[in-house]
Amino acid sequence: MTTPDFAALKKDFPILQTERHGKPLVFLDSAASSQRPQQVLDAMDYAYTHAYANVHRGVYGLAEAATNAYESARLKVARFIGAPDSSEVIFTKNATESLNLVAGSWGRANLGPGDAVVLTMMEHHANIVPWQMIQAEKGFEIRWIPLGDDGKLDLTELDTLLDGAKLLSVASMSNVLGTINPLDQLIEAAHRAGALVCVDACQSVPHMETNVAEMGADFVAFSGHKMLGPSGIGVLWGRMELLEQMPPFLGGGGMISNVTTDGFMPDAVPSKFEAGTPPIVEAVGLGAAIDYLESIGMDAIRQHEIELTAYAMRALSERLGDSVTIHGPSEPSERGGVLSIDLEGVHAHDVSQILDSHGVAVRPGHHCAKPLMKELGVNATARASFYLYNDTSDADALVDALADAQSFFAP
Amino acid sequence: MSDLEDLYREIILDHYRSPRNSGELEPPAHKAEGFNPLCGDEIVVYLQLDDDNTIADIKIGGQGCSISQSSASMMSAAVKGKTVEQAQELMGSFKGLMSIADKGEELAEPTPAEIRELGDLAALRGVVKFPTRIKCATLAWNTLDQAISETQSAD
Repeated sequence: MTTPDFAALKKDFPILQTERHGKPLVFLDSAASSQRPQQVLDAMDYAYTHAYANVHRGVYGLAEAATNAYESARLKVARFIGAPDSSEVIFTKNATESLNLVAGSWGRANLGPGDAVVLTMMEHHANIVPWQMIQAEKGFEIRWIPLGDDGKLDLTELDTLLDGAKLLSVASMSNVLGTINPLDQLIEAAHRAGALVCVDACQSVPHMETNVAEMGADFVAFSGHKMLGPSGIGVLWGRMELLEQMPPFLGGGGMISNVTTDGFMPDAVPSKFEAGTPPIVEAVGLGAAIDYLESIGMDAIRQHEIELTAYAMRALSERLGDSVTIHGPSEPSERGGVLSIDLEGVHAHDVSQILDSHGVAVRPGHHCAKPLMKELGVNATARASFYLYNDTSDADALVDALADAQSFFAP
Repeated sequence: MSDLEDLYREIILDHYRSPRNSGELEPPAHKAEGFNPLCGDEIVVYLQLDDDNTIADIKIGGQGCSISQSSASMMSAAVKGKTVEQAQELMGSFKGLMSIADKGEELAEPTPAEIRELGDLAALRGVVKFPTRIKCATLAWNTLDQAISETQSAD
C-alpha cells in the first residue's frame, strides 16, 4: 500500500480552509472533537435531501431507504471495530451515554454492597461520574489504579486492586496525557480476577486500529464526533450474552416488543437499548467517516500521528527549553497525539487566548479529568491534539504562538 | 489598541503578577470557594466583617488565569473598608460593565460615576469582547457574593 499524502488531506475539510483573526485556522483540538471532511457532510446532506424518514416499521419506500442506511451504518461500525456480531453495536448519543448505559443498566443490576468497581486516576469524568451516581444508589466500593512515572499507570498493586472486583473500567488512551494504557495486561488481570472490563475507547478508536474481539474487553465505548463523524452519535459495543441479560436503559418507543397497561416486554438487542428516534442521519455520517478513515488506513493514520507528535515535542523543547512541560509519556510511540502543555509563567487560559489570536485552536482547562489534574498538581493545562489532517506546519504554528505567549507575559 | 492588548492591559498584568490581599484569614472570618468548571480557575475569598457590616479585612486564595486572578485582586482592593451594601453596589456596576444583567434586572450600562467608582476594575472592560473570559472576570465577585450570603445566614 502506498503512503497516503497527508498534506493533501486538509483540502477535504472545508473548515480548515477558513481563517481566524485573519490567519489560517490551525485546528489542534481534535481530542475534544474532530472536524469532518466534505464526504461526511455530503453523505448527511444526501440523506436529509433524498432518503430521510423515521427508521423501522415504516412500509413506504423512503422509510425503508432510511432504515437501510441506518442499519448499514451499524454494519460498517461493526466491521470497523471487528465486532463478531453487528447486533452488538448499540448507537447512543455519545461515549458518555454509552458509559452511562453500562453503569445504569449493567451496574444497577449487578452491583451492591461488598462489590467493587476499579477505575484509574486518569479517567475522564465520563468514566467516573456514572459510577459514582450508581455507587450512591447501590453502595459498592470504587478503587483507583494510581498514576506512576512518565504519565503511566502504576500497576504494581493491580492484582490486589482487582481482588473481588466485579468490573474494571479504563480509558484506552488518556485524553490529558496521551498515555496508551496496556489493555492486554489490564484485561488479562481483570478476567483472571473474575471482573468484567469496560473500555472508554474515545481517544483511541479515531486514531488507531481497533479490534474488540482481539482486545477481549466486555464493553467498549466511543463517540462519532471525535472520528470525523457528526456530533450526536456514539457507540457502545458489548458482548452479546451480557447485553442480552442487561435490563433496558432508557424506556420509550423502539425498545419494546410489547406494551400493555400492566407493563412492557423489551425488544431484542440492540433495539432494547435504542429508545426513541435514534440519530439516523448521524449514523449515516458516522458510516461515511468510517469509509474515509478506511480509505486512508488506520495504521497509516497512527504512524502519521506518531511522527507529528515526535516532531512537535522536539520543536517545543528546542524552542522553549525548560519553560515548557509536556505531561505524559516522553516516548511518542507510547502515546497518542495529545500534548498537555504547561508554559512557565503563563496560565493555560491565557496561553489559549494568545494562541487564538494566531488562529491556533487549543483547549485550556482540566479536560474533564479533575482527579488526574489534582494528582499532576496543576489546575489547568493547554492541550494541543493532532489528527490526520494536521501536519508539521500546524506544529510550527503552535510553537511560534507559544513563544509569542511567553514573550507577551514576560515580566 | 488591539483587542488582545485591550484584554491584557498593563494594570491587569500588574495585579496578576503582584496580587493584592493574597492569603488566608482564620475563622471566625467567613470563607467561600468559587470554581470555573470550564477552565479550572479557583478563587477562595476570606471575609472578615466588623460590627457595623463593614468589610474589615479580605484575603484571596486560589489559582487561575490572569483575568480571574487580577479581577480578584482588584476586587479585594476595591471592597476593603466598604460596607457590605457598598460592595454589593460595586458588584452591580461591575456586572453591568461585563454586560451581565443581575438577578432579573434590566441590563444597565454603568454610568460614568459608577465607572469612576470601579477604579482599576474598569480596566477589565476589554474582557467583554471575549465572552468566554467574562466568567473568569466575574468568578471573584460571585465568590464574594457567596461569602457575604454566608455571613448573613450565620447571623
